[in-house]
Amino acid sequence: MSGRRSFWVALAAATLLIAGVVSYFASSSPDGLDSTTLRGCEVVKTAAGEDLTGDCIAQEAGEHHLAHSPLADYAIGGRDGTSGLAGVIGVLVTVVVAGGGFWLIARTRPEGSKDPAAAEPGRS
Amino acid sequence: MHMSDGIVNAQTSALFGAIAFIALVFCGWKARTELDERTVPLAGLVAAFIFAVQMVNFPILPGVSGHLLGGALAAILVGPYTGALCIAIVLVVQSLLFADGGVTALGMNVVNMAIIGVGAGYGIAVGMYSVARRSAALRGADPPPTRIVGLIAFLAGLIGTICAAMGFVLEYSIGGAAPASMGTIAGYMFVTHVLIGVGEGVITAVTVMAVAQARPDLVYLLRRHRAEVRV
Repeated sequence: MSGRRSFWVALAAATLLIAGVVSYFASSSPDGLDSTTLRGCEVVKTAAGEDLTGDCIAQEAGEHHLAHSPLADYAIGGRDGTSGLAGVIGVLVTVVVAGGGFWLIARTRPEGSKDPAAAEPGRS
Repeated sequence: MHMSDGIVNAQTSALFGAIAFIALVFCGWKARTELDERTVPLAGLVAAFIFAVQMVNFPILPGVSGHLLGGALAAILVGPYTGALCIAIVLVVQSLLFADGGVTALGMNVVNMAIIGVGAGYGIAVGMYSVARRSAALRGADPPPTRIVGLIAFLAGLIGTICAAMGFVLEYSIGGAAPASMGTIAGYMFVTHVLIGVGEGVITAVTVMAVAQARPDLVYLLRRHRAEVRV
């Protein structure tokens, strides 16, 4: 029984550790899609943040509708160094939304399909 | 691989918003057969785990990074329909709470990562696992060992990532806001996402192998075939 419980503890701990600590070691370079849309532009650091100069797809991008929300860009109130805590908040929100949503879906599952894997359609 | 608002025009964004909505309602309907009291907690934790790992961008080229998309991982662990919902929930939380990924681009991001990424990754995983299981059975051997499951998870993650990236190419070719050479975009997206896909594959394989070692009864891909054996 303790072996079964330790799996859940390990998965939850790994999730919190990755969001809260490992995330500080993330690369800050643009990802594959962003670097594609940034081709042709140069990112210039300004006092107000970052500016784009040049001709690229990312010039068309508008500011995020929620760019000034309290957790925008994985920082709490825009403060540097708070991404770990923001990540932990994100983990907790995700587990509540997903767990709650899936619990509601599971409540509506059809009677008689006791083995969810056996009920997989399209393989009979 | 989150698109911002504005780089694809409003009509195309709305079209993919509608496609994403219909697809997710369908997934919610089908997920009823995947979810029970045992799998609900796993599905909730898998969504949170993918949220966490998506924060950790890894370098792939000088000045270019990538992060896990998680489609193949979610589908292998909790099933394709529940897996698609896991990724969609992560994308909604990222967009609405962390301003990561545009709000009007949410439909396209869901289609790329939650629908295409999950569908392609899961298709590869099911196909390869069936072949591995049959060839093991022909030899009179046991079900494929964990290292074979890991290899399958790696390839599912790699190919799922490349397919998701091609979703962006499709959407940009339909409604890209700025004139651009589609060949260049497709080539650049392909090359970067092959490299990101290797990272995705490694993370997918390591995670699936860890869960398969500790609790093989929880891995959807393995459970699915156990049920088949019984029939």
